[in-house]
Amino acid sequence: MISLTVNGQVHQVDAEPDKPLLWVLREDLNIVGPKFGCGVAACGACTVHVEGQPVRSCSIAAGDVAGKSVTTIEGLGQGQVHAVQRAWIENQVPQCGYCQPGFIMAAAALLKANPRPSDRDIDEALSNICRCGTYSAIRRAVHRAAAILGGAP
Amino acid sequence: MKFTRRKAVIGGIVGGGFLGIGFWFARERDRLGSRALFDLKPGEAGLNGWVKIARDNSVIVAVPRAEMGQGVQTALAMLVAEEMDARWDQVRVEDPPEDGVYRNVDILIDGLPFSPEETGTVVDAAHWLAGKLGGVLGVSATGGSTSVRDAWLPMRTAGAVARDLLLRAASRKTSIPVADLTAVDGEIRRRGGGKVATFGELVDSIGDLAARPPPPLKKPSDFKLIGTSPPRIDVPAKVAGSATFGIDVRLPHLLYAAVRNAPTFGGAANGFKLKQGGLPEGVEKVVIVPGGIAAIGKSWWRANKFLDEEVEVQWQAGPEPKLDSATLWKRYEQLLDTGEPALTRTLGSESAPAKVETVSAIYRAPYLAHTPMEPMNCTAQLREHEAGKQRVEVWMPNQSPSLMRLAAARTAGVPQSEVAVHTTFLGGGFGRRAEVDLVRQAVTCALAMPERPVQVLWSREEDIRHDFYRPMALARWWADIDVAGPAPRLAGVAKRQVAQSPTDQFPARVIGLPIQGKPEGNAVENPPYAFASYRLDAIVADGSVPVGFWRSVGHSHTAFFDESFVDELAQALAKDPLAFRRELLAGKPRHLKVLDTAAREAGWGTPLPAGSGRGIALRASFGSIVAQVAEVAVADGKTLQVKRVTCAIDCGPVVNPAIVRAQMESGIVYGLSAALYGEITLADGAVEQGNFPDYDAVRLADAPAMAVHLVDSGASVIGGVGEPGTPPIAPAVANAIFAATGKRLRSLPLRLA
Repeated sequence: MISLTVNGQVHQVDAEPDKPLLWVLREDLNIVGPKFGCGVAACGACTVHVEGQPVRSCSIAAGDVAGKSVTTIEGLGQGQVHAVQRAWIENQVPQCGYCQPGFIMAAAALLKANPRPSDRDIDEALSNICRCGTYSAIRRAVHRAAAILGGAP
Repeated sequence: MKFTRRKAVIGGIVGGGFLGIGFWFARERDRLGSRALFDLKPGEAGLNGWVKIARDNSVIVAVPRAEMGQGVQTALAMLVAEEMDARWDQVRVEDPPEDGVYRNVDILIDGLPFSPEETGTVVDAAHWLAGKLGGVLGVSATGGSTSVRDAWLPMRTAGAVARDLLLRAASRKTSIPVADLTAVDGEIRRRGGGKVATFGELVDSIGDLAARPPPPLKKPSDFKLIGTSPPRIDVPAKVAGSATFGIDVRLPHLLYAAVRNAPTFGGAANGFKLKQGGLPEGVEKVVIVPGGIAAIGKSWWRANKFLDEEVEVQWQAGPEPKLDSATLWKRYEQLLDTGEPALTRTLGSESAPAKVETVSAIYRAPYLAHTPMEPMNCTAQLREHEAGKQRVEVWMPNQSPSLMRLAAARTAGVPQSEVAVHTTFLGGGFGRRAEVDLVRQAVTCALAMPERPVQVLWSREEDIRHDFYRPMALARWWADIDVAGPAPRLAGVAKRQVAQSPTDQFPARVIGLPIQGKPEGNAVENPPYAFASYRLDAIVADGSVPVGFWRSVGHSHTAFFDESFVDELAQALAKDPLAFRRELLAGKPRHLKVLDTAAREAGWGTPLPAGSGRGIALRASFGSIVAQVAEVAVADGKTLQVKRVTCAIDCGPVVNPAIVRAQMESGIVYGLSAALYGEITLADGAVEQGNFPDYDAVRLADAPAMAVHLVDSGASVIGGVGEPGTPPIAPAVANAIFAATGKRLRSLPLRLA
């Protein structure tokens, strides 16, 4: 049994300790916002927060997250629309949308650590892949989210 | 010439072409559908097959196309909402049931043997026939940048019919004459007066109102919604993380299946041995599926690991188990020199100048994988609904429910009427999701697990190694330059090109039609330039490597060949690449305006720092014309950065400008990933690449700044936008590299070192 806190809820999961967090979330807890894209931490579609830090959940064993607090896209806004999600809607970022939960989680973590990121900061922190090419909209939305978090209307 | 049934049908209509004309205008009416068709629930009233209203004042539009990011739900719903004067915030979309009225007619017309520039009675008649056949034999499919082109008239007509019905319903309910009523912002009002009823209040008043011929459509100057960018319908769920993709389908008692496909193309699993002698906990069955083997269990991760570690498969090799890329290129080089063309086309007339210099160049494009972000998957369930009668249900991110239904039915051995296909959101499609390999495997797994839903999911490695690739292609362009006079002059041009044909392979593997040996149509479209003479020899290579439809299909490699060579000609004639193209486009005002817009907005001709350069490319595809200017910087002679891309498009009437811009950026990034990194190579009959680390894509750090300009040339014919942004980017970047460095790169991907 592995004990995990996901989006504020404590779960006891009967899974092998080397089962990646992504698959525990998707298969055992039915939390499907984090997406499978590559399985080798190369694309970022599975990004979640572990203790507030962005983590590629396909490549971290659930056993290594035992007792820790995990946040997925479903829990990001804690029942509200998070500033990053609001900026994403205002900028109409998604196309197919599959990679967006990973981008949004990576962006939210970036803005927590660096409230006014430059384009270069964004490029470095958001190394995820979007095959639809929403990158320029993502850049705009991250700056907009920074402004919202800084108190802009 | 082989006489196919399609040719016989078209020959028949061409012979009696006048018959078709009288029925031409019936096409939209034919596709309206009945009021009962669109899956009515309590509290809803159908207005025709495309739209229903609900008591909560929702307007629900049928969108029978796959939403794969191109914004089709929003764009198609806008067509209906515009003509019925609905308010955008009351509009919702639903996937309608299977019916002929929802089939994609334009995608069939695209398959007709005419060049896009051909028009006239005979072609119109053939189009009408395809429209008729579309309803009868046609496919429900999303591709070829056809969705809005196909829906432009039928869905607007459906909106206009709905509006007329609502006006008459309001009149019956209130006894106000129809002539005194109008529809505005989702409600019926008295002309010059106040509200009479919301749409939702008329649900019970539609009843038995008689059908009437469709009223005239709005003039473009009266559009309120079309031409604007209302919020996309799919965005809120995608931002919340609640949008359901194929991989997210969850059903009671769901099982997961991992797959290993045969290492060589056309191979199969003959048998298998379990290294531990039995199945571990969590794995319920191992099944041989078409093309490979599947492990089914309660966890995909466990099943996938089990296949890696505990199963030894006896593979049957495909027909070319030793194939490698070097051998293939040699084969293609031979075909380029001596192969018999499957198609030869000549335009203009060749001249024989007294003194000629020849410019010639050979270009290469590799196989490419699609790598949509959502790995390939399909969920299927087989149920006995009465004694001895099986029913198959499929949940799948797919580009053609018709083909999935057919493949599921054949795999399960049930009639097509016993198959239901549910299309989820697609985590990218790009042409890959028109293929039926996943549905065959999923239904095979479902047959092994009766009554249980089984979700087949491929790892990224399976996706990259078992795709239906953009064909590898080889071309030689040459040109005669007349040097007898005072200034050199272009006399004539010719091209030989070699590639496999996806339009040949696809119907063979999906439906079982015989191979025709014909080149894929997009790859042999005529260049827009007024060459004195032009000759094309297209050679179709055979071979076991599966090829398919990759965003923009044949344009993706031929645009690179053609637009690179046009630049080389400009260089040979000592002309500016823009000025040279302008000369050759004198009779093409739409192309000229697009080209000029991109050049002007990019600052063509203005100075750049040393080591930087601009390149331009133009390509018309899928009914739209696109020009792009790429600006590159090459640091230290070998590190390439694409700094910005300026794009201009003329796609005729624009339904949603924000979506057109997004699709141009999307096409540019997709094409740039291929131009900079994309290359699938073969060794020992198998693909060498396996995941993003060795088959990379453009990321934020190397995404250029992009500006998109919509060009209005007054054209009334609507063009596609999903694919036309892709073809020009590779040649624009190659031409920019030449401008920056003097180095001409003739092979994709573009590598400086």
